[in-house]
Amino acid sequence: MNLPRRVIAGLLFLACFVIAGASDANAIPAFARKYGLRCSACHEAWPMLNQFGQKFKDNGYQLMNDRDAPIWQNPAYWPVTFRMTPIWHRVSEDKVAVDTAAGPNAGEVQITSHGFDLSGLDFHTGGTLDKNISFYLLPSSDSTGAFHFETVMARLDNVFGSSWVNIKLGKFELDNLLSEKRILTLTGNGGIYQLYHFTPLGDTNFYGQMGDNQLGVEWLGHSYNDRSRVSAALISSNDGTTQLPSGNSYSGFFTASQAFDTGKLGVQRLGFYAMTGEAPTQFLNSGGVPIPGTGFGNKSFSRYGFTGQFYLGKLDFQVVTQHGSDDKYFGTGTSPYQPYPGNVASNALPAGARNPTWNGFLVEPHYVFSPQLIFIGRYEGINMSQQALATTPSDAGNIQTFTIGYRYMPIMTSRAGFAWHNEYNWLRQTKAAPDGTDLTSSELLLGFDFAF
Amino acid sequence: MKTKMMKSSLLLGAGILLLMSAVSWAQMTKYQEDQRLNMEAHVGKYTGHAKDAEANYRRYCVGCHGVEGDGEGENTPWLDPQPRNFTLGQFKCRSTPSGTLPTDEDLYDTIARGLDRSVMPIWNQLPNQDRIDLVAYVKHFSSKWVTEKPGTPIQIGPEPEVTADRVKAGQVLFQKLECWKCHGVEGRANGPSSDTLQDDFNRPIKPYNFTEGARPKCGSTDRDIYKIFMTGLDGTPMPSFSDNVKPDEAWDLVFYLRTLQPKNAYNEKERAIAKQLGLKPIDPNVPLPASSGGQP
Repeated sequence: MNLPRRVIAGLLFLACFVIAGASDANAIPAFARKYGLRCSACHEAWPMLNQFGQKFKDNGYQLMNDRDAPIWQNPAYWPVTFRMTPIWHRVSEDKVAVDTAAGPNAGEVQITSHGFDLSGLDFHTGGTLDKNISFYLLPSSDSTGAFHFETVMARLDNVFGSSWVNIKLGKFELDNLLSEKRILTLTGNGGIYQLYHFTPLGDTNFYGQMGDNQLGVEWLGHSYNDRSRVSAALISSNDGTTQLPSGNSYSGFFTASQAFDTGKLGVQRLGFYAMTGEAPTQFLNSGGVPIPGTGFGNKSFSRYGFTGQFYLGKLDFQVVTQHGSDDKYFGTGTSPYQPYPGNVASNALPAGARNPTWNGFLVEPHYVFSPQLIFIGRYEGINMSQQALATTPSDAGNIQTFTIGYRYMPIMTSRAGFAWHNEYNWLRQTKAAPDGTDLTSSELLLGFDFAF
Repeated sequence: MKTKMMKSSLLLGAGILLLMSAVSWAQMTKYQEDQRLNMEAHVGKYTGHAKDAEANYRRYCVGCHGVEGDGEGENTPWLDPQPRNFTLGQFKCRSTPSGTLPTDEDLYDTIARGLDRSVMPIWNQLPNQDRIDLVAYVKHFSSKWVTEKPGTPIQIGPEPEVTADRVKAGQVLFQKLECWKCHGVEGRANGPSSDTLQDDFNRPIKPYNFTEGARPKCGSTDRDIYKIFMTGLDGTPMPSFSDNVKPDEAWDLVFYLRTLQPKNAYNEKERAIAKQLGLKPIDPNVPLPASSGGQP
């Protein structure tokens, strides 16, 4: 008798919470408020863009009508959106090295932790300074409230009146068709694309992370209806960190894609990307501590692959492939030179060292039941095709991960977005545990995601 | 007492009858709406189905045009101009005569083109099939599409060569048709009537300012402009001039209107001719030459 009452009380509490959330939602996501469009106009399910949202972004956050300039807005309009995600999650990781009586890191245990938590806080502010001059500023905090600048960019749109000339300068997301910054999942391992951050075991190159926002300049061109897109970016090899911590090296990121109208099925898009560049392998030291900005011994790396967005009515598949390669100096963690000025004394590579290479595949299906309910799945598999050292097991460092979840958005207006989010992620990295066996982890997450 | 009871019974009966009629009317309306979800639209090789557009309407359109298509979406109080009320079956951008329904192609083009000087976006990234489905869905809101057929599109002949004579003739028409009363003598939307204009719902409305560089509401090409003044913009003070202007003369007016616009992709020749002629804005106080027929 008591149980149903408790259930009813619980449901009432939940209902009150949802209703309270609705009545509190009087602030407004910046672009939806500006143009009076619902979240669903630009987002397949927010934050992931649909084709209309991609076109809006490619036009510099403009609809390309005569209301794009801020002078058309009520002076009270403030182009700011807040986003935060209170959650409960359970994280489990096996084979974590721990100290025992036998010594430091002598044992392995499985660690499982769970409880209520917060994600970071994002202050999105973006829009236009004038017609065809757009900006985006995103101070973002981690869950402790420590802030950094995730995005700081200004963009000249439709230069010479052409949609093929758009120039962006600052710190920005690389032009990934499947955007990690607009990922639909929130868990620690499922909230990023492993393919965009993969590094072989023992590899010291962290500059090739195409999922991280980077500092540089980007040219993007697109057709009037955005069916054709092409972009090229020149970025500092600093992995988006300010104050030139690495040195004087650059990387490039290139994309091109073409969309096709396939009638009732929708619009399909095919494209490719390539990231290639150089980055330092070592630094000058002072008292044994690396001096920022003195990176040298630059070595090369590359990642390239195909991207696809395939729509079959309510079902769609986002696909990314990758072939990656790092120089053998990165792969073996070897500095080519002694860390002294002059670069004269060289270090030898381990015998038989070679460039590590790998192949990866990502598929993310979505079933859009309605603009307010989406089911999400993802599988990523990354396999080493060549280790830096022949003595390393051929599959060491391989990653398999899958994520399933759904987002239900009971409130979706042009004023606010509110989602109930439920997700599970599982990840295994082969032979990555301290004892040389497979390392696995899993996470279950439930929470509210809201933007206003 | 008996009379009182009889009166009460009559009143009660009338009330029940009224209630039943209301219920039956409501049921009919729902029935009709369900029937109208079978509405189709046809453009070229595409056939649109209203029932296939429900999700996209909810995704893209409902915020402004409302669940019932009555233009009462959640944004409506903040919008100027107000979103279209589809239940009335009245549309500005048509190739058909004033007072008639537009063709499916007219609606299809409007969705793809968007409407400048409003928040109606350009939806040209939508697949063609989705757009034609949305056309059918827009039509399903109004019973007019069940009882009436779209008007017959006006005939637009081939566009003649732009000449100085045609530009000058267009300027005479501009004065004769009193376009300047709303649009101003220089096309700056500052004519003597411009501040008093209202649409059919008594909402203030501004005439088009040719000099601003904004796209005309119903398209940018010469044919689009031709259509605008030969069919009128229903629901606004902009009338159809098809009874006053011969088809060939209409091109003269198009060419003259082009001279009022800032440089764009369509008016290089017209602007060059205007410059060559040293064309000055009209003076409404100067009578028109007798050969033009004088004031209408």
